[in-house]
Amino acid sequence: MGNSHPPDRVIHPWPLRLTHWVNAVVIAVMIGSGWQIYDASPLFGFTFPPLVTVGGWLGAAIAWHLACMWILVANGTIYFIWSLASGHFKKLFPIRPSEVWNDLRGALTFRLHHDLGVYNAVQKLLYVGVLVAGVMVVLSGLSIWKPVQLWFVCDLLGGYSVARYVHFFAMSAIAGFIAIHLLLVVMVPKVLPPMITGGRAEP
Amino acid sequence: MSPLYRREMLFRALALGAVSSLPACNYEDPDHPDLADRFLRMMSSWNDRVQQALFNPHTLAPSYRPDQITLPPRFNAYYDISQVTVVDPAAYRLQLGGQIQDKAPWTLPALNALPQQQQITRLICVEGWRVIGQWGGVPLGDFLRRVGADTTCRYVSFRCADGYYSSIDMASALHPQTILALSFLGAPLTPPFGAPVRLRIPTKLGFKNPKSLVQLAVTNVYPGGYWEDQGYNWFSGS
Repeated sequence: MGNSHPPDRVIHPWPLRLTHWVNAVVIAVMIGSGWQIYDASPLFGFTFPPLVTVGGWLGAAIAWHLACMWILVANGTIYFIWSLASGHFKKLFPIRPSEVWNDLRGALTFRLHHDLGVYNAVQKLLYVGVLVAGVMVVLSGLSIWKPVQLWFVCDLLGGYSVARYVHFFAMSAIAGFIAIHLLLVVMVPKVLPPMITGGRAEP
Repeated sequence: MSPLYRREMLFRALALGAVSSLPACNYEDPDHPDLADRFLRMMSSWNDRVQQALFNPHTLAPSYRPDQITLPPRFNAYYDISQVTVVDPAAYRLQLGGQIQDKAPWTLPALNALPQQQQITRLICVEGWRVIGQWGGVPLGDFLRRVGADTTCRYVSFRCADGYYSSIDMASALHPQTILALSFLGAPLTPPFGAPVRLRIPTKLGFKNPKSLVQLAVTNVYPGGYWEDQGYNWFSGS
């Protein structure tokens, strides 16, 4: 009230940081073990080299995949509930096509200014996109895991064989997101510390 | 340290450093489980319990039309097709064990004389691929009741002519689509596909469909399985 200084505002609140880093570890195990499983029966004319797969053989890869899927889903659920309750999701909307175009041009010509904790339109689109991919990867994963008992999910995804492709492409979208995400962190390193410490919003 | 080796180590560290070191924890030595093995086993038994809860005895695996059958059929085992064990149908006996009242062995003609069921169902391999086939045989639930099996027991175990073995939960054993298959694609089973008798259970993955059965037992003692003992999830339901 009589305070002339606004209270310090954390850029990334602790629930966001916690779920972010749990997700970072778990998604790496899920993708690595998923690639090992893919190699047992490839959908396309390539396989993933052992260097980037997790498990060493099919049985261990499946064990890692089906163990860590619970952590992935539990962590994701906590993130969704917290984001809805805290209003975090409001930062991702609205996404206006004209802003996306402007910010994309700015980013590609290295002229986009980055304010910590403020999402530009390209970021918003990427974050919403990866959340959608996350939901799709879980639904298609359930379809592959339980095509008989969870037949209604499997049918929704177009059946078992289609669900395998959906699972692969959703993984590809997430892997693509991670590649861009890491590239941007390398280009703008100041965004990394706040994701660890929480940081303080610039006055 | 050669430059190439250094570069590879750098890639490991950069790409998936923490993750690439995990292959060391891969069920390689079942007698000496490390921390990762214990975590994976704990999660696998949790997954068994979830699947048991999720299993609905009335939910049927999808059936298919005859024109959807995968031709030619796909052979699959942990050995080459040339190594297949051939069982003499005339000398064949299915031995019964465990909590079963009438343990008299069954001949092939005796099994063929029982009421049969036909199904065109999908077999999903743990590797990801799937095939559609037509199997015919004796519903396992009918068979278990006929021989006086204690269906309150937890497990039905199977031993095969080639040394393979596996086991399933009683609820899945009593599922209407679980059969002791005697025919495949409208003809008696051939050795590569499990002659003379195999388990066909479309509510579980392919490796839970043991071939060339020589013994069936009902028990409360966890029987494991050839792949299950190496780390595959035991329930492995679809």
